[in-house]
Amino acid sequence: MKRIIVGMGTCGLSAGAQATYNRLEELAEANPDVCMLSRTGCIGMCYREPLVEIREGDNRIIYGGVTSESADKIFSKHVLGNEIIDDDNLVYGCGSDGKTFGSECEFLDQQERIVLRNCGIIDPESIKEYEDAGGYEGARKALNEMTSEEIIQTIKDSGLRGRGGAGFPTGLKWSFAAANEGEQKYVICNADEGDPGAFMDRSVLEGDPHAILEGMIVCAKAIEATFGYIYCRAEYPLAIHRLEIAILEARERGYLGTNIMDSGFDFDLKIKQGAGAFVCGEETALFASIEGERGMPRIRPPFPAEKGLWQKPTNNNNVETFANVPWIICNGAEAYSAFGTEKSPGTKVFALAGKVVHGGLAEVPMGTTIEDLVFKIGGGIKEGKEFKAVQMGGPSGGCIPAVMKNTPVDFESIPATGAIMGSGGMVVMDEDTCMVSIARFFLDFTQKESCGKCTFCRIGTLRMLEILERLTRGEGEPEDIEKLEKLSVQIKEASLCGLGQTAPNPVQTTIRYYLDEYEAHIYDKKCPAGECQALVEFYIEPDKCVGCTLCAKNCPVDAISGKVKEVHVIDDEICVKCGKCLTSCNFGAVKTR
Amino acid sequence: MKGVIKTAAKNESFSYRLWKYEGAPGELIPLLQSAQEHFGYIPRRAINYIAGVTGISESDIYGVITFYSQFRLQPMGKYVIRACAGTACHVSGAKLIRETIEDELGIEVGDTTEDGLFTLNTVACIGCCSLAPVIMINNDTHGRLTPASVRKIIRNYRKKAVEKTDSIASTS
Repeated sequence: MKRIIVGMGTCGLSAGAQATYNRLEELAEANPDVCMLSRTGCIGMCYREPLVEIREGDNRIIYGGVTSESADKIFSKHVLGNEIIDDDNLVYGCGSDGKTFGSECEFLDQQERIVLRNCGIIDPESIKEYEDAGGYEGARKALNEMTSEEIIQTIKDSGLRGRGGAGFPTGLKWSFAAANEGEQKYVICNADEGDPGAFMDRSVLEGDPHAILEGMIVCAKAIEATFGYIYCRAEYPLAIHRLEIAILEARERGYLGTNIMDSGFDFDLKIKQGAGAFVCGEETALFASIEGERGMPRIRPPFPAEKGLWQKPTNNNNVETFANVPWIICNGAEAYSAFGTEKSPGTKVFALAGKVVHGGLAEVPMGTTIEDLVFKIGGGIKEGKEFKAVQMGGPSGGCIPAVMKNTPVDFESIPATGAIMGSGGMVVMDEDTCMVSIARFFLDFTQKESCGKCTFCRIGTLRMLEILERLTRGEGEPEDIEKLEKLSVQIKEASLCGLGQTAPNPVQTTIRYYLDEYEAHIYDKKCPAGECQALVEFYIEPDKCVGCTLCAKNCPVDAISGKVKEVHVIDDEICVKCGKCLTSCNFGAVKTR
Repeated sequence: MKGVIKTAAKNESFSYRLWKYEGAPGELIPLLQSAQEHFGYIPRRAINYIAGVTGISESDIYGVITFYSQFRLQPMGKYVIRACAGTACHVSGAKLIRETIEDELGIEVGDTTEDGLFTLNTVACIGCCSLAPVIMINNDTHGRLTPASVRKIIRNYRKKAVEKTDSIASTS
């Protein structure tokens, strides 16, 4: 019996997986003896969605770009006719001999999947499939065969470090919460993935929700907590939906509730939806938000392990951290620390996005170089352009230039560049990306998301943003760079939480590595990347212009001349760089340089 | 106050939640979320109800509402366009898409068109980075946009809305 599995994470659904699924459902219902249809989470190859896998025993074939029309062909030829359709849409294949093939097999072959072990393999809405894949064995072992100390020691030995970005040793964190006495303790899973450009946690939540519940159960036993919360972004409705199903199923099977798995231990949990505030990713702000207040960070100490949520001892970890835990308990600390580097063991999931050919999710051992991620797994830069930089760590991180592409990705090497490891968002930039503009972009984000508690963060980021906006408009002054550097130091020193302490990172790293671009904006009033609208020249590419006159009609200053069906020309002397021609052209003929 | 709501409409989710409220701490944000789900935004009277039931002052509730970007104090258009402003979209030309939408609708980010059809907002990241640049219209995602394709998409929505009103007008 063949299994047809449709990738239905948010990325798949946005690419039209629902229509593909509906069509396959019709076909499968008409042929019930031949196949079984099911869904799965993100397979990782977001750039080839919608993805459909045909699985028979150990044989796996994944087709990419499957629309409701091409689903018919796959069904009749492959499912009914047993003929593998060997064209460009065959993205991945794996035979019973373990050999892999397909146009994108390198993308999957170069990964080590621990966190993503079930993502894209099992149906996230079925607890049975999770159990069949070895699910809840880690929790069973931890609850029935291990003491709290043994669990914490195992996690310590594995060397697992917090995957939310800071990289604090997880075992050590648990030992703090375990050491504090209290009748009520809490376990919190931080699923408030706020970095724009990062979607690892979303994929795990959508693709393997039980792994997170299991990780939390193990943690609860280790620190003797009886209640937990998953704080999830409201912007992830599918993740919340699948978590709700997972919690209900887990309760039914006795994995949550009282006397779970006959161990005499009680633990239950609840989802709390975030309401759209980046700062709530900071743990003390997250507690405030769960308590129903404005999500503003609190002064530490007291630390959460002592007085966290509702002033009770609390342990808070990120989604990916929890997803690692069951694997470590089942396979042992040594198996985990065999991956990665000495100080940063294990694997890390990265969300590759931006100007990279293969945008998607990739899990690799720590210590893999940026070059390997971008070129070997990511397939290089789109349209054959030049690799300029990667941005890691979102608004708290920084840009690492192409010349440093040999930097291994781990908790020691990345901070040395001025960026941060962050949660795993990796946005690739090419020659067309302006570094001043990207710094302005992140400052705009942090400035809006600053909760306003600390003056330097609230007002300092605004002053920095004003300077950067001036620069991108060509109104920069020579002393601006010095002002930016000074403000950066002040904001970092005088802010209470991670948001303010890291907000200047994007500016500092771009000044450090791309000072010439800043200077070009200030002294030459030019944007070398051709991105800052006020500093570029608009022109019409003769080959693409069909002479529809739309741009000329929309130009507010009559800078565009040309007759119907003839190539139009922009007079740079008259042009005010408003961009109206750029947004009105239906043929992509208006360009900037 | 509590009694009024109890009998008024306890079958409706927001009212039911209010009615069910038993002083559990930390329930303010879920209450506001269900109010918004019910009304489409948080009207003054919802704040009033919540204050009456929870005992939290209206000004404190207002403080929480304005802190979180999810909450809205104004009604929204029939189609809410959320233009993604995440990093991946930014480097793939999200600004150009946003400006095209503003131009097409004649409004700026945060506004609603006069006919009440469209509201344009930005969102930090939808998480479909590989389809950048992306917008969401209500719950549908549209990716790999160009100025021309985004105009076409919006016009289709407008056409759909006009057709609907026409068919209603002709049947009545």
